[in-house]
Amino acid sequence: MLLSNLEIVPGRKVKEHLGLVQGSTVRAKHVGRDIAASFKNVFGGELKGYTDLLNDSRQEAIKRMEEQAQAIGANAVLNIRFSTSSLTQGAAELFVYGSAVILED
Amino acid sequence: MGALITLQFLLPLLLALLLLATGYFSGRYLERKHYERIIAEETRPGQVMVFPSRLPPPSLSPPQSALVMGSVVISVDYFKRFIATLRMLVGGRLNSYESLLDRARREALLRMRAEAQAMGAKQVFNVKYETAVIAGRGAQGQVGSMEVLAYGTALIGQD
Repeated sequence: MLLSNLEIVPGRKVKEHLGLVQGSTVRAKHVGRDIAASFKNVFGGELKGYTDLLNDSRQEAIKRMEEQAQAIGANAVLNIRFSTSSLTQGAAELFVYGSAVILED
Repeated sequence: MGALITLQFLLPLLLALLLLATGYFSGRYLERKHYERIIAEETRPGQVMVFPSRLPPPSLSPPQSALVMGSVVISVDYFKRFIATLRMLVGGRLNSYESLLDRARREALLRMRAEAQAMGAKQVFNVKYETAVIAGRGAQGQVGSMEVLAYGTALIGQD
C-alpha cells in the first residue's frame, strides 16, 4: 500500500478514485506515565513516554485506514491528513484520512 | 502555637519557591541543551531538503515515494508556567510559550528528516504541521505540554 500526502504520485497515473478512507484511535495515558509526566511538568523538556504513546497510536490509526482502503480494493492512499484532538483530560483522539485510489502499474 | 502557625504558612511557600527554583534552573539548562542539539542537527551538511509546496516539480519523477513523519511531546517547566500565569493578567507576548513551540516544531521537523534520510530520500514535499495540546492531570486546564507532528512525502531515489 502506497501512502502519500501529495495529490498525485509522481510518474504514475491514477486509474480510479474510490473515495475517502479514514482511521482513528482514542488512547488514554496510563497512570504511571501520568505521574512521570507530572514530574516532567516541573522540570520541563520532552515527555518521551507521551511521544512514544502518540506515535504508536498514530501507527494504529494508519493501519486501520490501510485496512479500510484494502477492503475496497485500493492500492494507494493519497492526500493524507492527520488530526489530533484531546477529548477529555488524559485522552486523545488521533485521526487520519485520505483518498483511496487505484494506481496504474 | 505561634511557631505552628508560622510553619503552616511557611511550608507551602517554601515548597512553591523550591518548585519555582527547580523549574527555572532545570528548564533553562534543558532548553539550552535542546537548542544546541537542534542547531547542530540543522546545520549538519547533507541534509534532506524540505519543501512546503504542494507538488514536486514535474522534472522530478522518482521511482518511489513514501509518507514520513516526526513528532515530539514537549512540556513547559514550572517557572515558565508561573510566569505565563502572571503574564496573562496583563496580556502581551508569552515568551516562555514561544520558545516551547519553536523547539517542538524544529525538533519534529528534524525527526521527520531523519526518517526520510533513513529511507534514502533526498527531498520531502508537502510538509504539514499539526499541533495539539496534551493537558496533563496537574495542568488544570492550562497549557502544560504540546504535541507537534510534522509530516510530508519523501521522494526516494533522486539525486
